[in-house]
Amino acid sequence: MKPGLIIGSFLSIIFIGLAFFSFIWIPYDIEALEISNKLKKPNFNHWLGTDHFGRDIFSMIMMGARTSIAVALLAVGIGVVIGVPLGLFSAARRGSFIDEVIMRGNDLIFAFPSLVIAILITAVFGPSAVNAIVAIGIFNIPVFARLTRAAALPLWERDFILSARVCGKSEARISIEHILPNITNLMIVQGTIQFSLGILAEASLSYIGLGAQPPTASWGRMLADAQTLVSIAPHVALVPGLAILLMVLGLNLMGDGLRDLFDPRIKGDRT
Amino acid sequence: MIRYTLGRLLSLIISLVIASLVIFSVIEVIPGDPASFMLGINAREDTLAALRSEMGLDQPLVVRYFDWVIGLLQGDFGNSWTYKTPVSELISDRIWVSLPLAIYALILSTLIAFPAGILAASRRGGASDVTIMGATQMGVAIPNFWFAMIMVLIFAIHLRWFSAGGFPGWSNPLQGIKSLTLPAISLALPQAAILARIMRSSLLDMLSEDFIRTARAKGLTRGQALWRHAVRNALIPVLTIIGLQFSFLLAGGIIIEQIFFLPGLGRLIFQAISARDLIVVESVVMLLVFTVIIVNFAVDIAYAAVDPRLRIKA
Repeated sequence: MKPGLIIGSFLSIIFIGLAFFSFIWIPYDIEALEISNKLKKPNFNHWLGTDHFGRDIFSMIMMGARTSIAVALLAVGIGVVIGVPLGLFSAARRGSFIDEVIMRGNDLIFAFPSLVIAILITAVFGPSAVNAIVAIGIFNIPVFARLTRAAALPLWERDFILSARVCGKSEARISIEHILPNITNLMIVQGTIQFSLGILAEASLSYIGLGAQPPTASWGRMLADAQTLVSIAPHVALVPGLAILLMVLGLNLMGDGLRDLFDPRIKGDRT
Repeated sequence: MIRYTLGRLLSLIISLVIASLVIFSVIEVIPGDPASFMLGINAREDTLAALRSEMGLDQPLVVRYFDWVIGLLQGDFGNSWTYKTPVSELISDRIWVSLPLAIYALILSTLIAFPAGILAASRRGGASDVTIMGATQMGVAIPNFWFAMIMVLIFAIHLRWFSAGGFPGWSNPLQGIKSLTLPAISLALPQAAILARIMRSSLLDMLSEDFIRTARAKGLTRGQALWRHAVRNALIPVLTIIGLQFSFLLAGGIIIEQIFFLPGLGRLIFQAISARDLIVVESVVMLLVFTVIIVNFAVDIAYAAVDPRLRIKA
């Protein structure tokens, strides 16, 4: 095992663990304001200090992890659930008109600046976590569709697929029973990468006020709140940013590590 | 080449048509109608009627779409409801902040990424490679708006080298550039990290090619082979990414402009969103999408011009 994979998995598990743990226990109620206790530096009672309303930052990071992970994971879910079948279908009907339409459609979504469209969607339908999920998820669809198709195409030429066809299996059954299991590893790696991109995207959207709305905690909005306080209480701005950085870094390292693990041929020296 | 260009041109036009349809319909599916959305629930009936006719809402959908598109083609983006001025004027004022910012960031990103990528590839597996790759991992993971805040904290608040935000205009170009420096660095950093990684992997691909072995065999040192043959060929995929990054930078500027209080398109779009000025939102979004699609098209064409293999494949 490479150190990158270990560090990455460790970081990812910490944040995912914090998110799950927050359902059982958090140090302080994040909706209870305690103004007299505001902007405290990290101390024994408040491990990461308090914000401008006197809320415990560590508790908010735990609750924010929940939001970030939920939004990013569901957005990956949208990409997988719609993108993978599209890619499988395209590969099964390679060269057909439908294949062409699906792939050109993907190109089109790729050509859109995702942030601008996310802003448009949330501007029109109102800022909310659900709209953020949809806005991020839409751009995951072509990623998974393309990858699935590209990975499935060479498989269709293989002998074991030919035997399956000789047995009389339909294209749909072959896709599900033989192609899909062979590309699962690739999907896991890509899923990890898209997950990390989703965390960043959620943070950006909630930073500009278009993500999860108060009182739901989110790392992006913690940063937005901290912006005017950065000179008097730097820790309020440093902590949520570090949380995003470490979570994304962890997922990226884990994704790279998994790729090397699953495919020894490209062992760790390219991108 | 002509056939390839025509093919790309066709898909460019299709992309633009679909993009305009998507943006138009997103605005259309607003609950109620756009006029009542913009004016809120307390709007007076006559104001509502005035806005409806101003926006052409009393006309059929198809007519409205074509009016909008034909207007766009003629540079007429309609009138802003809140600013009471033509949207094209609002945009042309602000593009002189957003566009230089994107270009500045692109230059910085390239200046950082090229040496870093080349150094990492030439010292593959060595200490500088590991350091650079580690730095790029961080660069990719840092949210750029947070990085911007940290830079404001260090360079504006503590060291006082730069102002924390605002834009003095271009009457003094040096001051203008100076006030765009921190925003451009924050925009450029993640892109530089991505670009450096691509530069490195593209170079490594080239270094394992036969023509490099030939160059080495005829007596070139590793460094000479790298500079004279590998870098030049490795640049082709890198240039495509630079093209794509330009659009990221233009769109990504939306958030960075907020942090540094820069009067660019990003500020315009957010003010328009909070004022529910859909005419402005619609036009600015369309302009950004249009620019991105055009830039991608230009990159594809440039790519094919440089690399003839691509034309045949297409």
